[in-house]
Amino acid sequence: MANTYTLIASSTVGSGGASTIDFTSIPATYTDLVVKISPRNTASGSNWYLLKIQFNSDTTSANYSYKLVGGFGSTAYSTGATDRYGGYVTSGARTASTFGNTEIYIPNYAGSNNKSFSSDSVTEGNGSSYEILGLWAGLWSSSAAISGITLSNDSDNFAQYSTAYLYGISNS
Amino acid sequence: MPTKLIINCETGEQTEVELTAEEIAQREADAKAYEADKKAKDAELAAQAKVKADVLKRLGLTEDEAKALLS
Repeated sequence: MANTYTLIASSTVGSGGASTIDFTSIPATYTDLVVKISPRNTASGSNWYLLKIQFNSDTTSANYSYKLVGGFGSTAYSTGATDRYGGYVTSGARTASTFGNTEIYIPNYAGSNNKSFSSDSVTEGNGSSYEILGLWAGLWSSSAAISGITLSNDSDNFAQYSTAYLYGISNS
Repeated sequence: MPTKLIINCETGEQTEVELTAEEIAQREADAKAYEADKKAKDAELAAQAKVKADVLKRLGLTEDEAKALLS
């Protein structure tokens, strides 16, 4: 069982927004990784947006898959796909200065097996009909150690004051 | 021009750089692929809902009545 959290790096998006948040040169010295992100999108055309997660700059969607159970309003749903998604992003249409919350857990990120991750994600925008939550199970089919993580939206940019923290966890 | 935020975990250095033309093209392609996939799924859900509604109509039942029968 993991018993230590070490902050590896963190970032706050500046006034111009950012299309991606890239953690690079991640050391292979931990057992697991945790990403905590509090995102908001600059776009406002949808009630929420999808958080995209990509490892080692691998843009091949076929190497990724996810399963998801979630809910919004009174509707529960489940789905899955071959793609690089792993959470939600609060829409720019929601109340100003509100952000979502997502935690992504990546065990054994430096090993040679395929890389799985779990993610719990919610949006929060002070609009009861427009918020969503989901529990995601994701897979990156690669034997490479994870040395880079790229976070992005399915549309537009992360808004100013969106934050992302990367932690390393050691199991001893 | 869209930018990306790069955080080097070894040095702690944070830089903001403009996306390359390739990265912008990839981003646009991803967005289009997602939209196409979403439209296909929405159409499938709409088709399933129509089939269900048609069956209920032929049976002369409301959705609540069908739920009560199956519970």
